[in-house]
Amino acid sequence: MKMNNLETHSKVKKSTKYKSQIALLMMAVSIFGLFMITSPEVFLKGRIYQSFLSTVPIMGLMALGLTFVLAMGEIDLSFPSVMALSGFIFAITFKATNSVILAIICSLLSGAIVGFINGTLVTSIGIPSIVATLGMQFLIRGFSNIISNGLAKTIAVDKTISYKIFAEKLGAIPVQSIWFIGITIFLYFLLFRHRFGEHVLFIGDNQETARMMGVNVNGTKIMVFILMGVIASFAGILSCYRMRIWWPTMGEGYIMMVMAATFVGGTSMFGGEASIEGTFIGSFIIGSLEAGIVASGLSGFWTQFICGVLIIVSVIINTLAKRKK
Amino acid sequence: MDKLVEMKNIYKSYDGVAALKGIDFEVGFNEVVGILGDNGAGKSTLIKIISGVHSFDDGEMYIRGVKIDPKKYSVKMAHNLGVETVYQEKALADKQTLWRNVFVGRQITNKLGFLNIKKEKEETNKIMHDLMGFRGVGVSADSVIKTLSGGERQGVAISRAMYFEAELVILDEPTMALSLQEVKKVLKFIQAVKDRGKSCIYISHNIANVYPVSDRFVAIDRGKVVGAYNRKDLSLEELSEELIRYTKSSTQINQGERIS
Repeated sequence: MKMNNLETHSKVKKSTKYKSQIALLMMAVSIFGLFMITSPEVFLKGRIYQSFLSTVPIMGLMALGLTFVLAMGEIDLSFPSVMALSGFIFAITFKATNSVILAIICSLLSGAIVGFINGTLVTSIGIPSIVATLGMQFLIRGFSNIISNGLAKTIAVDKTISYKIFAEKLGAIPVQSIWFIGITIFLYFLLFRHRFGEHVLFIGDNQETARMMGVNVNGTKIMVFILMGVIASFAGILSCYRMRIWWPTMGEGYIMMVMAATFVGGTSMFGGEASIEGTFIGSFIIGSLEAGIVASGLSGFWTQFICGVLIIVSVIINTLAKRKK
Repeated sequence: MDKLVEMKNIYKSYDGVAALKGIDFEVGFNEVVGILGDNGAGKSTLIKIISGVHSFDDGEMYIRGVKIDPKKYSVKMAHNLGVETVYQEKALADKQTLWRNVFVGRQITNKLGFLNIKKEKEETNKIMHDLMGFRGVGVSADSVIKTLSGGERQGVAISRAMYFEAELVILDEPTMALSLQEVKKVLKFIQAVKDRGKSCIYISHNIANVYPVSDRFVAIDRGKVVGAYNRKDLSLEELSEELIRYTKSSTQINQGERIS
């Protein structure tokens, strides 16, 4: 009798646990289904999906990073500029040294440094992360514009072997998506199966509790901002490889899309809860919206409208699902 | 080493505001001590210093005979010395599962830091069975904390402290906002701590609740110890009168200060 009680209890919990994921998958399937009906000539062929698999990961990676930041109850608005700065550092280091490895290291390092500054502003000085990272967003964008003089730079990476790893296809699958899947799995385990991720979730849930339980709150926060910075850098590198050019407005326009992807994916702003798999699916939903809508014959203006509808609907679903528990 | 905790002439101030003004305080082995006092008397500051959340400015502190360096002391070190603290509202994280709450900060991991979830859940089930006495009430290791009642939460937090072999369990308002039935459960937990030969400090507004399980009471007012009593020496009524007497005098002094 007792066991029965316990078992039904945990069973009920499991079904509600996956309810929002299932709802999200259904949303994704129905959106793509709709596109197949409205523009079969585009969405029944492989090319558009290949294109998504090379573009969505760049945005999706940053959404994964942001999921960590949100899980901790903080926000980062500086990542689009970090992407530009790191891309620029990649470009000039590669041009100067002709070494891909050195260029990648310097680029990732620049993202880590920005993340460290963000984290320090938030923890040591106590500036709210929305303000600190907003400031950094302008500062870094300005900085990379000043040193680049606002001029684009071509990057001749297509002659190196690394081009295969960061920009080409493995069979029919663009490598960007393999990176995306690999990093998604890694970050899933880091957040839900690792000490570090547990600390992130506890900080987002109740910072004081975390501190009382011996969690290094400030250190963990700084590490998460560094993680976000490094991921944004990596997105910048992938973007440089894909386009073989760096341009000063790189990353602009990503901020809303990245946030949309995480919110559609079911991560809340309140911290303590997050969905890595949700962000993964959410990235593909948000990232394919514009192409699908334009291919369907609607004007591009509809993109924002439909994106807004999706965010509101998914947030309502998630909030109601949680309330029922 | 005849005392578990020994504090001598401890001073602490926050941004120039003195919270503790030369406190002497001790806890013996296998002793339950209640700290009594009004809001802002310095009770919380005192226990936060013992538990390593705050440092102190001046004075000496020994825990199990180890002299504490205020610059280096931390929650981790307190844990290692066997000091576990249960903060009323902050003991557990609401949106996380029970097993995560038991082991956070002291996770069972492999060398790379990945959690051994199976082991943590097994241990949690053991704790629930042996220490918490949760049976057939629909609470499992996977339960999310916000679905538990107030008494169950205190039970989880105190059992966690006992599981980690605490020599000293510190409780911050353990019976606040609980129903009578739940208060009884919490008192049972405190008694269990004592029965295991361990010590306990608690802060409480409601002395009637905790009187039966205590050995000693220390009254604090505006950063100073103003009274110390053995339970054997006075009844609950006498203790209450004693406390009313000193709070009266303190309000009079307060008024006096305001006038001048």
